[in-house]
Amino acid sequence: MSTHGPIATHRTATGIPTGRLAVWWLMASEIFIFGGLIMCFLLFKFNNAPGFEDASMTSTTAGAFNTFVLLTSSLTIVLAHAAAERGDTAASFRYIWFTIGGGLVFILVKTYEYSTKILHGHTLTDNIFWSFYYTATGLHALHVFGGMVIMAIISFDVRKNYNLQRVELIGIYWHFVDIVWIFLFPILYIANF
Amino acid sequence: MGQQSESIVHEAEVHEAHHEQSFLMKYIFPLDHKMIGFQYMFTGLFMAAIGGYFAYAFRMQLAFPGAEVPLYGFVDPANYNMLVTNHGTIMIFWVAMPVLIAAFGNWMIPLMIGCDDMVFPRLNRLSYQVFLVSALVLILSFFVEGGGFGGAWTSYPPLSAAAEYNLTNWGASLWLLAVALEIVAFLLGGINFITTTMNARAPGMGMMDIPIVIWMINIAVILFMSSVGPLVAGAVMLFFDQRLGTSFFMPSGGGDPLLWQHLFWFFGHPEVYVVLLPTMGIVADIITVFSRKKLFGYRTILYTAFGTGGLSFIVWAHHQFIAGIDPRMANVFVITTILISIPIAEMVFSYIATLYGGSIEFSTPMLWALSFLVSFLIGGVTGIYLGSSAMDIYFHDSYFVVAHFHYTFFPITIIGMFAAITFWFPKMFGRMLDETLNKIHFWGTIIPFNGLFLPLFLVGMAGQHRRIADYTQYPDLASPDLQGIRIFATVSLVIMLLFQFVFIYNFFNSIFKGKKAPMNPWRATTLEWTIPSPPPHGNFAEMPTVYRGPYEYSVPGHDEDYWPQHIPPKSNV
Amino acid sequence: MSESHAHPNYVKIWFWLLILLAISVAGPMLEIPWFTVLTAFGIALIKTFMVAANFMHLRFEKKLIWYLLIICVVLLGVFFFGTAADVMKTSGQQWKDCIEDKTCIEQRL
Repeated sequence: MSTHGPIATHRTATGIPTGRLAVWWLMASEIFIFGGLIMCFLLFKFNNAPGFEDASMTSTTAGAFNTFVLLTSSLTIVLAHAAAERGDTAASFRYIWFTIGGGLVFILVKTYEYSTKILHGHTLTDNIFWSFYYTATGLHALHVFGGMVIMAIISFDVRKNYNLQRVELIGIYWHFVDIVWIFLFPILYIANF
Repeated sequence: MGQQSESIVHEAEVHEAHHEQSFLMKYIFPLDHKMIGFQYMFTGLFMAAIGGYFAYAFRMQLAFPGAEVPLYGFVDPANYNMLVTNHGTIMIFWVAMPVLIAAFGNWMIPLMIGCDDMVFPRLNRLSYQVFLVSALVLILSFFVEGGGFGGAWTSYPPLSAAAEYNLTNWGASLWLLAVALEIVAFLLGGINFITTTMNARAPGMGMMDIPIVIWMINIAVILFMSSVGPLVAGAVMLFFDQRLGTSFFMPSGGGDPLLWQHLFWFFGHPEVYVVLLPTMGIVADIITVFSRKKLFGYRTILYTAFGTGGLSFIVWAHHQFIAGIDPRMANVFVITTILISIPIAEMVFSYIATLYGGSIEFSTPMLWALSFLVSFLIGGVTGIYLGSSAMDIYFHDSYFVVAHFHYTFFPITIIGMFAAITFWFPKMFGRMLDETLNKIHFWGTIIPFNGLFLPLFLVGMAGQHRRIADYTQYPDLASPDLQGIRIFATVSLVIMLLFQFVFIYNFFNSIFKGKKAPMNPWRATTLEWTIPSPPPHGNFAEMPTVYRGPYEYSVPGHDEDYWPQHIPPKSNV
Repeated sequence: MSESHAHPNYVKIWFWLLILLAISVAGPMLEIPWFTVLTAFGIALIKTFMVAANFMHLRFEKKLIWYLLIICVVLLGVFFFGTAADVMKTSGQQWKDCIEDKTCIEQRL
């Protein structure tokens, strides 16, 4: 339970708890940021800008594996939320750390991908496709990392049976990160369209 | 019931937690929305001084080309570009938004909706800290090698992307970083505002009982959040172009400079409504109080605000009429641009209808509010000329545009700011401003304001182009008549700036030595006037319940000419 | 606090998400362009909806949040189509996009 903060935080004229309402607004602004970046990518792509055939050079295996990892971590964080709702803080704590582990695997695979691509000469400035590739996945990876840090902090509160509502909130954030990747995967890894 | 007992528990905890606050916690790292509001306000006012100083410098250069500007130095073309770029950037991002939205939003949202603070005080504090860093980064950009960025507040690439063109290698990146940080600060703060207004309202306050200014601030925040996302993506791309050699916007590398224009103006146009709506809200609240009359058409004003907000997303290419866009696409944007004048005109009509038949009191806030309506009308009407793409072929990038947007931005930012400050000063500081000095400041600002910008329409029509440091090089524009107009405008600016010292003196003197303000000096109905001036920590000793709308003035059959929101019905106060 | 609500079978949703992932990876191997678009993007949209509705509990959330998210997507569409009309033109009456056709860069130099 959370007992800190002003009276204002605990009111709910809309019926939606304040924390969750705030996270949805945060998601809305993030949709515009990533959406904007993806729209720019699509504008270049549909204009047949040079370099976009390089989408075939990204490793579909690595991308698909990362998609699998993120989908699974989405599952574990929602299971953490379900556990927190039942009051099972030990299980919730474990599931949160599985999710963090998933994030770590994701970042490791991305690191491997980046290094192999850079060694092949596909750097950030190679062509527009690669500029977008590194910018989009880099921004996404930053969000993954940020999510992992926040989840770790929340997990320690959860273990003390404190602020359990935050598991759902970080879950919504994490699902958003997953959804962004669900869109990045086809546009960056699957060419031929 | 449960909420009430819960609130008593929380109230006790809140009081306990904040019983003894060190200077550091109270003034430097505050959690209280009122102190954070002050932080935004004073930072914004300080940045306004810098922006005004820059305007002084470049206008002196225009009036007396090549001469040394007193208290500044020589203004060469590169310096001129830096001054105009940063004047614009500062005024929009570091004055209009922090003062109108962040400062007054922070102050008034919890007070007017009847709660004890914002729902996320620590996020509130963080958003100010990010904002402060953004201001410092911008100021830092003036002192690095090459000086501040000079590529216009619109920062079009390839000029802004390549240091070899803009000659301000670090200045350009620091400028971009400052703007990006400011955007992040307002995204964070905005979440706080919207969530607080949606969720933390006093019991009994329905959506249609919220004072218009609070609605407007929230709609503005939503507009901001929706339009700035693609620009954040674009700013990352531009930053990479600048520092890492990518070519998102550089044609030589396959990029597209036009894309930046679209990213920027997709934000840039809604942004002007982001700053307009809060001032419209402030003006609405002021004119109801000082005409002792209910706001005419609360719902109309609200729906037209939504309409304006929605339409603002589909007018952006009117900034790009001569950028090489397809004229058929321009047609579409002409129609939407002209359309958007309709809801705003509707709002102004509603305000006039509010005034009609009212018992007008010409207090200083009312003078500012009325002058806003007149000045903004001129600005808005001249926008219609610019909205026609055929006229824009001539007028684009001329001083006609400059005069147009100053007749809109100046009322929004400066008049709106003074209206809000003179109106809420008693509540914020517990003292009254000196009314005589107020009026001197008012007239000393409004008359020179018109003296400064009205002539600029004329020079714009004569063909004077923007962003040029010295017109003596252009024979057509170097005539004595035009130069005389430039000098007249500059002298007006100097007079206007001098009168601001009257305000500064009045402001600080009244804080310490002003007449003590009663709880409700203007006899207004909204909740912020039901608590002591200045409000204590926690705002309301007992959380209010709301029984009616915020504009119940001159209600027939009622004793007083105003009926505050929190008084239960069937009692004659 | 979170109100209790019926929740979907998360593991089942996850399983279907993985099936969809497999299809979207297999689709391009057929090398039929329109089919690739369908599997790649169509499935991305379906997966998004499934994650949003079930894992993010949008199914049980107040309609307000749905409207908010839909407006976001619509506005992104406005941005895309408004900008595409301009940015994606490769030639006009008096000009031609020189990125595509390198010869015109050489001519100017």
